[in-house]
Amino acid sequence: MSRKLDIRNGRVDLSHGSGGRAMAQLITELFHTAFDNDWLRAGNDQSAFDAPSGRMVMTTDSYVVSPLFFPGGDIGALAVNGTVNDLVMAGARPLYLSAGFIVEEGLPLADLDRVARSMGAASRAAKTPIITGDTKVVERGKADGVFITTAGVGVVPPGIEISGDRAKPGDVVLLSGTIGDHGVAVMSKRQGLSFETDIVSDCAALHELVAAMVAAAGGAIHVMRDPTRGGLAATLNEIAGQSRVGVRLAEHAVPVRPQVAAACELLGLDPLFVANEGKLVAIVAPEAADTLLAAMRAHPLGAEAAMIGKIVADDRHFVQMTTAFGGERVIDWLTGEQLPRIC
Amino acid sequence: MKHVDEYRDGDLARGVARRIAAETRPDRAYRFMEFCGGHTHAISRYGIDDLLPENLRMIHGPGCPVCVLPMGRIDDAIALARRPEVTLCTYADLMRVPASGGASLMKARAEGADIRMVYSTLDALEIARNAPQREVVFFAIGFETTTPPTATAIRLAQREGLENFSVFCNHVLTPAAIDAILRSGETVVDGFIGPAHVSTIIGARPYARFAQEFGKPVVIAGFEPLDVAQAILMLLRQANEGRSEVENEYIRAVTQDGNRKAQAEVDEIFELRESFEWRGLGEIPDSALRLRPAYAAFDAERRFAMQPCAARDNPACECGAILRGVKHPRDCKLFGRGCTPQTPMGACMVSSEGSCAAFWSYGRFREKAVS
Repeated sequence: MSRKLDIRNGRVDLSHGSGGRAMAQLITELFHTAFDNDWLRAGNDQSAFDAPSGRMVMTTDSYVVSPLFFPGGDIGALAVNGTVNDLVMAGARPLYLSAGFIVEEGLPLADLDRVARSMGAASRAAKTPIITGDTKVVERGKADGVFITTAGVGVVPPGIEISGDRAKPGDVVLLSGTIGDHGVAVMSKRQGLSFETDIVSDCAALHELVAAMVAAAGGAIHVMRDPTRGGLAATLNEIAGQSRVGVRLAEHAVPVRPQVAAACELLGLDPLFVANEGKLVAIVAPEAADTLLAAMRAHPLGAEAAMIGKIVADDRHFVQMTTAFGGERVIDWLTGEQLPRIC
Repeated sequence: MKHVDEYRDGDLARGVARRIAAETRPDRAYRFMEFCGGHTHAISRYGIDDLLPENLRMIHGPGCPVCVLPMGRIDDAIALARRPEVTLCTYADLMRVPASGGASLMKARAEGADIRMVYSTLDALEIARNAPQREVVFFAIGFETTTPPTATAIRLAQREGLENFSVFCNHVLTPAAIDAILRSGETVVDGFIGPAHVSTIIGARPYARFAQEFGKPVVIAGFEPLDVAQAILMLLRQANEGRSEVENEYIRAVTQDGNRKAQAEVDEIFELRESFEWRGLGEIPDSALRLRPAYAAFDAERRFAMQPCAARDNPACECGAILRGVKHPRDCKLFGRGCTPQTPMGACMVSSEGSCAAFWSYGRFREKAVS
C-alpha cells in the first residue's frame, strides 16, 4: 500500500495534477475528506441529483484573492459563500456547488488542506454540498498559490421574482449591515501595507437571512444583490442602470464601523467602494420595508440592517447621496481600481 | 472617529452655511481658489458647493501633484522602468496617468516592466536593500508635504551605503505656482484657500506676499469640510471688508514658521531648479527641486543620463485656463468628447481631484438640472 499523503510537510508538485496515482490520492485523502459527501465518494466524473420543480438559477465565480488567508476568512470560505450568495440573491434556495482548483506547484499541502477544510465547513453551514470538482496543477509562477472557481445551482420558490431591472421609483433601499469590512481586512494583510486592525472579513453565506426575508415578504423584494467588488457604489450604479432609475442615499444612514472608517481615512479610500462578502442590498416595495427590515434585524447577519435610501425617477440613472455634512454628492462608478491617494 | 468627526458635523456646517449666505453681497460675484487637491476632494465629497450661494464660486487650483506632472516626465519614468536592470517604485495614483501614445505605468507593468506600488519612500528603500542586484528608482512626486520623506530616504541610503537606490525627482513648490497664476495677468481669483498639509511644513509666512503684493486674501485651512466652509466664510469677510491678509484657520497644525526640521532636511539634499514644466501651466521659474550635486549618486536623472522627452498635450486642451480659473470645464471642446475620466487627455481630468474630473463626477448633474 502506498504511503499516505504528507499533508503536514508536503508540497503540491506537478504529479498531483497528472492524472496518476498522486492525483487520485490528493483527491481522496484531501478533498473528499474535507468535503465529505456521498456524491464525491461515488467517484464519478459528474454527480446526479433530482431536479426540483420550479425556476432554477445557476451562477459561477472565480476566486483569486491574495493573501489566501486573511482575518475572518480565506479563499476557500470565500469561494463557497460568494457563489452561494450569488444564488440566493435571486431569492433562491441553494442546492449544489462544483469546485475547480488551479494549484501552483510548491503550495504547501497544509495550506491546500486548510483551504479545502474551510470550503467543507462553509458548504455544510450553507447546506449546499460540493458535489463535483476538478484539480489542475500549474508550474511555479503560473498561478498565485491557488485559484478556485465554483459554480452553483439553486431553486427559486414560487411567487418570487427578484431581478436587477425591477427597482421602481418609491422603492426603499435596505442594507444588511456595515460596509467595507472585507476589503479593509484583506488590505490590512497585503504586503507593504500591513497595519494593525481588529477588523475581520464579513465573509458569510446569506442563505438563511434571505430565506427569512423571503418568508416575511418575498413578493415585495424587487432587487437583491451582494455588494462585493466595487462595493455598495458599484452595486447601486449597476441597479440604477438596469432598472433605469436613480438612487438617493442618506450618508448618515449607511453603517460603517469606526475602525473601517479610520482605516479608509488613513489610506485615502472611500468605504462606499470597498468590497463586502457577507452583506446584501435589497430594493423593496415601500409598504413592506418595515416588515423586511425587522426580518433582517432578527437574524444575526442582519442585526445592523438599515434603511439607507430610496429609488427615484431619474433618466440619468445617477446614484446621489446627501452627505452627513448636508451637501449632495454623485456616487459615480470607479475608474479602474480604487488606489490610495498620496495627499 | 475622534478628532475627525468634530470637523464633519452637519449642524455646525449648516450654521456656517447660513452665515456665508447672510454675508454674501448679492451685487457682486466671489471667486475663490482652493489651491490644493485635498480641498477639492473635500468640496466634492461632502457637497460643500451645495451650501454656497449662486454668486460664490470655488475654482479648483493646480494643487494636485499627479495632475500637474507633465506628460514628458511620465514618458521618462516609463523609459526608465523599461530598462532591464531597473525596478521603479511609485505612489499608486501615478499608475494610471496617461503618457504619450496611450502608454501608462500600469500598461508598462503589464508589458513586463518591473514597477512596484509603494506607500512610503521607506518601502522603496526596503526593496533596494533586499535586491542589491537591481537598480531601484523611487519616482518622487508631490508638493512640500511629500518632499521631506524623499529627503529622509536619500539620507538613509547614503548613511547605509546603499548603492542601488536613486530618486527620479519631480518635487514641486506651492508658492511658485500661486505666483505664476497671479502673474498670468488674466486671473479672476478673489482669494485663496491656502494648503493644509503643505503649510504644516512651510508655515504661513510664504503666503504673505500674495496678500501684500497682489492684494489677495489667503486663508490657510485644514482638509476637513468644516475647515473648508469656515475658510470660505473668512475669505468672504476679507473680501467684503476690503482686507487682504494671510489668516490661519488651521491653527491646530500650522504655525507661522512651519516645520523647521523638515525644511532643514529638504534644504540639505535639494536645490531649486531654474525652471520646471507644469502640465497645464507651462514652464514656471524656481518652481521645483532637484538633488544637490553632493547627492548626485542618488539622482536618477544623472545616474541614468536621462534625456528628457518633450511631450505635448492636445492643443485644444484648456487645462491651463481652467487651472487659472479663467475657463470652466464646460468651455473646453474636449470635455466629455474624448476627454473623460476613462480616457483623460489633460491634466484636469487625470486625477479624481482635477477640476474636470470632479466636474464630470459630481457637477454635471447640477448643470443639467438648471439647463
